[in-house]
Amino acid sequence: MSKVMLEVKELTTKYITRFREDVYAVDHVSLKVEEGKSLGIAGESGCGKSTLALSLMGYYFAPLHYTSGEIIINGQNITGMDPDEVRKSILGTEIAYIPQSAMNALNPTQKIIHLIEDVIQAHNPKTTKKEIRELAEGRFEELGLPAEVLQKYPVELSGGMKQRTVIATSVILNPKVLIADEPSSALDVTSQKMVIKMLRDLMEKGYVKSMIFITHELPLLYNVTDDIMVMYAGQIVEKGTAQEVVFDPLHPYAKGLMGSIIVPEKGLRDVKLTAIPGVPPNLKKPPFGCQFAERCKYVIPECKSHPIDLREIKGDRIYRCIFTEAQLRKVYQND
Amino acid sequence: MTDEKKSCLKGIGLTKVFGLGRQKTVAVDHVNFDICEGEFVSIVGESGSGKTTLAKMLLGLISISEGEIYFQGEKRDISSQRKKQEYWKNIQAIFQDPFSSYNIFNKIDTLFLDCISMRGGRHLPHEKKVEMMTEACSFVNLKFEELTNKYPFELSGGQMQRLMIARIFLLKPKILVADEPTSMIDACSRATILDMLMRLRNEIGMTIIFITHDIGLAYYISDTVYIMEHGKIVESGTADQVILNPKEAYTKRLISDVPKIHEEWDLSTVNYS
Repeated sequence: MSKVMLEVKELTTKYITRFREDVYAVDHVSLKVEEGKSLGIAGESGCGKSTLALSLMGYYFAPLHYTSGEIIINGQNITGMDPDEVRKSILGTEIAYIPQSAMNALNPTQKIIHLIEDVIQAHNPKTTKKEIRELAEGRFEELGLPAEVLQKYPVELSGGMKQRTVIATSVILNPKVLIADEPSSALDVTSQKMVIKMLRDLMEKGYVKSMIFITHELPLLYNVTDDIMVMYAGQIVEKGTAQEVVFDPLHPYAKGLMGSIIVPEKGLRDVKLTAIPGVPPNLKKPPFGCQFAERCKYVIPECKSHPIDLREIKGDRIYRCIFTEAQLRKVYQND
Repeated sequence: MTDEKKSCLKGIGLTKVFGLGRQKTVAVDHVNFDICEGEFVSIVGESGSGKTTLAKMLLGLISISEGEIYFQGEKRDISSQRKKQEYWKNIQAIFQDPFSSYNIFNKIDTLFLDCISMRGGRHLPHEKKVEMMTEACSFVNLKFEELTNKYPFELSGGQMQRLMIARIFLLKPKILVADEPTSMIDACSRATILDMLMRLRNEIGMTIIFITHDIGLAYYISDTVYIMEHGKIVESGTADQVILNPKEAYTKRLISDVPKIHEEWDLSTVNYS
């Protein structure tokens, strides 16, 4: 069995609003990423994908607060660590994060090489500028970015180029886990493909040991990650291999998400896209039973009477529904 | 698309040049097209291929360097502000970023009342106006009572984009130019937005010009597809023709750039440049 790079046990985090209300954006999430594996997280806007990413890094700043659970990165338990300590010893070397608007993270008044010097010297103050330049040039060439980029200002680069520069910079210290939060959502399809290729290269060449990829584009997840986890209202609703989740979803919400896939393949025009009606629940006052009950086609009264637990079936596959696997399959067949 | 359909919007040799002398950039280069009434047209191309510039020319937001636009068989005349306003009753747009499409100081009902006035309903009784606004909101699956006293910033991105469609429903223009209306919205709401655009075409008979970089969307939704590369239209035809049997290398590349699920997605063709 390969080494576990990131393990999260029953992690719960909440936002505290101005009016002292608690919003549980990550609700008892457990996950495990092994060396060489990647995990995709899917779900619609506001389901807690990005909050989970922030929580995983142990990087808690108000209004986000840690409540319970454990985070273990490469054998080191970072639960309850001070955010400043996390920034010094964990971020960059153990875990790296690519935010959604990564390209806005570049300082417009400084050259790219300056940013890389900052990153490396913050962790290894003794490194000389020459060493850094050699390392950065080699790394950029290997990842398909011309070395001239290093001497340019961010305004001279295109959107896709900026995004790839930020990715290359964030993994320059060879982190164990890379968290990519919608790295391609602001780009057009051509640049998107380059970003995806780059992430794959990083994994193959071993610069990052494991990856968590967050997006709402399911075809992308299917092509990039080994496993897919579907989130709804801060909870895991389904987890399995990419193949299983995309072609054989069990949870009604995952099933609904698969109905919104658009790919330019023969036969697409005959399929009617099905959107899930309604809106996600207000997490200030979450419903007592199943979170998805209000929007579910197959709802029965028992769904709302008690909280629904995760069911585990063969392999590592889990889902959160009141029905058993056989019952669900029967319901879907009758549709 | 049948022969008896009337031409709605026609462009001959449309060109837009930005800058002068050595700085000159040809953003749209001698583009010809003929869009029939009730047709759903997609314009597909990567960033910087001139899609949005073309849309702005059609809308009359920027001047045309060369070429003519014919609207319903007649040459378009927007020489004065009054004529422009008359033209905008026939052509409307939805833009990419719903957050910057609103006047932040106006409440939602003010926005809708403006639309009703523009259609000549200024002197209708108030109950009639409320009825029209409720109808428009229910077209996009929103409840008017919940929105009436809200400011745009109190809404989510998906709600804002749907309200933009409700606005189009009230105005009922002949042509709608939708410039990447789904690119800032997540995949689940995207299906809803596309469905509403389809209904605008099917129920009201609106002509829709849909601009996107995602060829999958274009294939799903449109009758006719135009592929743009560096300001030129390189390939056009029905959606089935263009996407299932692409002729140009550029079209093939656009199709290969979109992730697939039933076929292998080849990443080895990526050319970093």
